[in-house]
Amino acid sequence: MNFDKELDARGLNCPLPILRTKKALGELGAGQVLKIVATDPGAVKDMQAFAKQTGNELMSSAEAGGEFVFFMKKK
Amino acid sequence: MDTKKLAIIATKGTLDWAYPPFILASTAAALGYEVQIFFTFYGLQLVRKSLNGLKVSPLGNPGMPMKMPFGPKWFRSINWNIPNAVQSLIPGYESMATSFMKQTIRNNGVASLEDLRSLCQEAEVKFIACQMTVELFGFEHSDFIDGMEYAGAAMFFEFAGESDICLFI
Repeated sequence: MNFDKELDARGLNCPLPILRTKKALGELGAGQVLKIVATDPGAVKDMQAFAKQTGNELMSSAEAGGEFVFFMKKK
Repeated sequence: MDTKKLAIIATKGTLDWAYPPFILASTAAALGYEVQIFFTFYGLQLVRKSLNGLKVSPLGNPGMPMKMPFGPKWFRSINWNIPNAVQSLIPGYESMATSFMKQTIRNNGVASLEDLRSLCQEAEVKFIACQMTVELFGFEHSDFIDGMEYAGAAMFFEFAGESDICLFI
């Protein structure tokens, strides 16, 4: 999937992946896509909740080799 | 849509209880909430310029696992069940437990309190210190970080009364 910016949130725990995601989205324009890579298993539900509450679109959420990869489109 | 509001009263002044107000406030701010934290009684310790004095006490705290933050995995997973009477006799036990807790926090990629607190401030979480307890404990405004407001219970209710979520921590 194409993306405009990548956020490395590996090794970070709650609430840092969400706070860094919010900050990284702030540097993007509407419709641009942020790729997030995290290792915190709690981030899976948290990213869904963040997207639902902020109106940004969680385009995909996947796990590969103990890492969680998200693509979030800025509102 | 109206902005949601979160009001928190922070009343605890230990390293462990310092986390919930700052984690919840920073996360709520990231979700678009307007947030205020009212620091009162021992909670004032969380807005002092230096947070180095915050400690965690395992004494009389049976819910706190006492685990070593170093060594092989089997060693780290041992829960050292040390009786209260022994804890209270060993000099520096609390400081030792605090340094182990800080190491565990670092090992787990959990943010430092200083970082979480500044993230809250960057996200415009409003910090209010209870003026009455500031005086009660003999603090000066210069003991606290910049950007604080000083007020009483009435100011808290002005915001809390309109809040969607109100927490006493």
